[in-house]
Amino acid sequence: MGSSIETLVNREYQYGFVTEIEADTIAPGLNEDVIRLISSKKNEPEWLLDWRLKAFRRWQTMTEPHWPNVKYNPINYQAARYYSAPKSVKPLQSLDEVDPELLATYKKLGISLTEQKLLAGVAVDAIFDSVSVGTTMKDELAKHGVVFCSFTEAVHNYPELIQKYLGSVVPYSDNFFAALNSAVFSDGSFCYVPKGVRCPIELSTYFRINAAETGQFERTLIVADEGAYVSYLEGCTAPKRSTNQLHAAVVELVALDNAQIKYSTVQNWYAGDKDGVGGIYNFVTKRGKAHTNSKISWTQVETGSAITWKYPSVILQGDNSTGEFYSVALVNNKQQADTGTKMIHIGKNTKSTIISKGISAGEGQNSYRGRVQMLPKATGSRNYTQCDSMLIGNKCGAHTFPYIEIANDSSTTEHEASTSKIGEDQIFYCKARGLNAEHAISLIVSGFCREVFKELPMEFALEAQQLLGISLEGSVG
Amino acid sequence: MLSISALHANAGDKPILKGISLTVNPGEVHAIMGPNGSGKSTLAQVIAGHPGYEVTGGSITYMNQDLLELDPEERAQQGVFLAFQYPVEIPGVTNAYFLRSAYNEIRKAKGEEEVDPMEFLDLMEKKLKLVDMDPAMLHRSVNAGFSGGEKKRNEILQMAVLEPKLAILDETDSGLDIDALRIVADGVNALKRPDNATIVVTHYQRLLNYIVPDFVHVLAGGKIVKSGGKELALELEQRGYEWVMDAA
Repeated sequence: MGSSIETLVNREYQYGFVTEIEADTIAPGLNEDVIRLISSKKNEPEWLLDWRLKAFRRWQTMTEPHWPNVKYNPINYQAARYYSAPKSVKPLQSLDEVDPELLATYKKLGISLTEQKLLAGVAVDAIFDSVSVGTTMKDELAKHGVVFCSFTEAVHNYPELIQKYLGSVVPYSDNFFAALNSAVFSDGSFCYVPKGVRCPIELSTYFRINAAETGQFERTLIVADEGAYVSYLEGCTAPKRSTNQLHAAVVELVALDNAQIKYSTVQNWYAGDKDGVGGIYNFVTKRGKAHTNSKISWTQVETGSAITWKYPSVILQGDNSTGEFYSVALVNNKQQADTGTKMIHIGKNTKSTIISKGISAGEGQNSYRGRVQMLPKATGSRNYTQCDSMLIGNKCGAHTFPYIEIANDSSTTEHEASTSKIGEDQIFYCKARGLNAEHAISLIVSGFCREVFKELPMEFALEAQQLLGISLEGSVG
Repeated sequence: MLSISALHANAGDKPILKGISLTVNPGEVHAIMGPNGSGKSTLAQVIAGHPGYEVTGGSITYMNQDLLELDPEERAQQGVFLAFQYPVEIPGVTNAYFLRSAYNEIRKAKGEEEVDPMEFLDLMEKKLKLVDMDPAMLHRSVNAGFSGGEKKRNEILQMAVLEPKLAILDETDSGLDIDALRIVADGVNALKRPDNATIVVTHYQRLLNYIVPDFVHVLAGGKIVKSGGKELALELEQRGYEWVMDAA
C-alpha cells in the first residue's frame, strides 16, 4: 500500500467533549465500605448488598486474566472511582425534569431523548456515567406490558424478576471483570417482555462515560418470556482523555421457550489518540441463555476503545434453540481487540452461526477468539463459522483463535476463514470512477462487512457504515 | 481537449513510455494499436492517474489544465474515464450503489445536486438497455463472479452512466466473443457526441470494424511510430506490426 495509504489527517473523535456538570462522585478506591456506600446511595435492599459483597469477596480471590492477545499496563483498581452521578438526577417523573445540560449532551451525541426518537419509534434509556438519566416512551411500552427502565428502578419496582434472573446467566463468580461489575455496578437497563408479546418498538440504551478516572460498570438484563420478541440496541461514547478508563459491563439475556432476542451494539468508546494515549478499556461479559425453540442474536460493530475484550455468547440450553453472532471489529492506530463468541450447545438439534469480520489498520491488532462446544447430549446440532480478516497497510495484525470441541457423533461444524489485504487495484478502480481514497476505502470495507450490516436495524446500519469510514480516516490515503 | 507532449513514464525503474505526443480533439475517435509490451495500456493508465507509474518527463494537458497535477478521482470528476482491461471486483458492494456513488461524486464536482436511489434507478433503466444488460446485475456485487464479457459490458455501462468527455477503452475487446463485441461497440457508438472523444486501445483490428476510428496510431517500444487514418488499421491487420517497426 505504501505511500498512498498513510497520508490523510485524522479527523477528531467527534464525541470527545466533556460535559461540565456537577457530579456526586465518591473518593477513589475499592473496599467493602465503598460497596456499602454505592448500595446505600441507591437505597438498595439487603439481598442485593449481600450479593454485591459476595461478588467482591470472590473478586478479591481472583486474578486479572491475561490470556487475551492484548497488552496494557497494569490497572490500579484502587485508583479508580466507582461511582459518579450527575447531581441533579433524582428519581424523575418525566423527561422534562432532566437537567438541560444533560439533554444538551445527548443532543450533541445525536441522541434526542425526546421527540426525534419518538418519531423514529425507538425507546431510549440513557446512562450517563453511572446512572440512568431517563427512559423514553415508557407509556407506550406499558400498554403492551413491556418493562423497560433503569436497573435501579427495576430493583425497586420488580424485585422478584431481578432476584430471579440477576446472575442467572453470568454468575458473579464467572470471571474477574464480571465479579468486579457485580460488586460495584451502579446502574444499567432492565427489560422484561411478557409472554407472547412482540415488543412493538426498538429498545435502545445509550451509554456515556463523562467523569474522569471513573469506571463505568453497568448491567443490562433482558428477559423475553415465552414466545416474546424484542430487539435491543446499544450505543456507547466517551470524552477524550489522556488516561485510560475502565468499562466493565455485564449483559445477561434470557430467552425463555419460543422467545427471540436480537441484541445489537455499536460501540464507539474513545479509542485513544494515534499514539495509543488514553482510550477506554472495554472489558465486557455478554451472554445469553436460550431455552427451547428460542433464538438469541448478537450483532456488534466494534470500532472504539483502546482495548476490546468481549465475547458475546449463547448457551444453547433448550432443544432446537438458535444462537447467532455477527461481528465487525475494526482496529486502527494502536487499538487492540480480542473479541469473538462462545456457542455452547447443550440441547438437541441446536444451531449456531458465527460471522466475524475483522478489519485491521494502522498498527492495530485484531484477534478473533471463538469457542464452539457441542456437549454429549447436543445431538444433531450444527455450527457454521466464517471468520474473515482484512488488513489495511502493513503494520497491523489479524489473528484467529478458534476452539472447537464436539462430544457427540451426530453434530457438525464448519469453519471457514480468510485473510485479505485491501487492494491498491480496488482503490484505484474506485478513484478512476471519481471516488476519493476515503470514500473508496469505506465502500470496500462496508462491502466486506455487508453480511453483518444487514443484520443491524436500518438506522443503525447507516450509522455503523459511517462510523467505519470515520474510524478508518488517517489509515488510508 | 487532450494534448500529450513528449511523455515519458516509468514502472519502477523501468522506462515504458519514451516520448509520446498525441493530440485528441472533441468528436474524434483515436485508436492506439501495437504489439504486446509496447506501452499501450501504460499510456491508458497514466492518463487515468494510476499510482504504479511515475511520469518522468513531458506533459499532458486536458481541457486547458495540467492533467498530471490532478488526482485520479479529480480526473474522473472532470470527465476522464478509463474502461479497465481487467475490471476489479469489489465484493459486498452492489453495482447500483457503486455506480450511484460514482455518479453523485461527478455531479457534486459539477456543482449539481446528488440524485437519490429512486431517481437513479430510473436513469439506470435506460442505460442498461444500451448494453443489453439484465437489471438484476445492478444488485450483484461489483464485478464479483461476472464472466469476462459481463465485466467488459459493465465497464461500458459505467461509461454510459458517467458520460465522460474523454473515454479510454483499454483492450475492451479482449476476451469478448463476436456478439459481446458488437454490443460493446454499439454502446460506445451510441455515446459518441461532437463534444466528447474516445481513445480505443486495442491489439486487434477487429474492434475497429465496429468502432470506426478517425486516427490510428501504432505504439512500439514506448513511442508512436506511425499514425494514419482508419486504413492503417487494415494494413496492420494484413502485414502485422513488423514493417512499421522496421520502418521506424
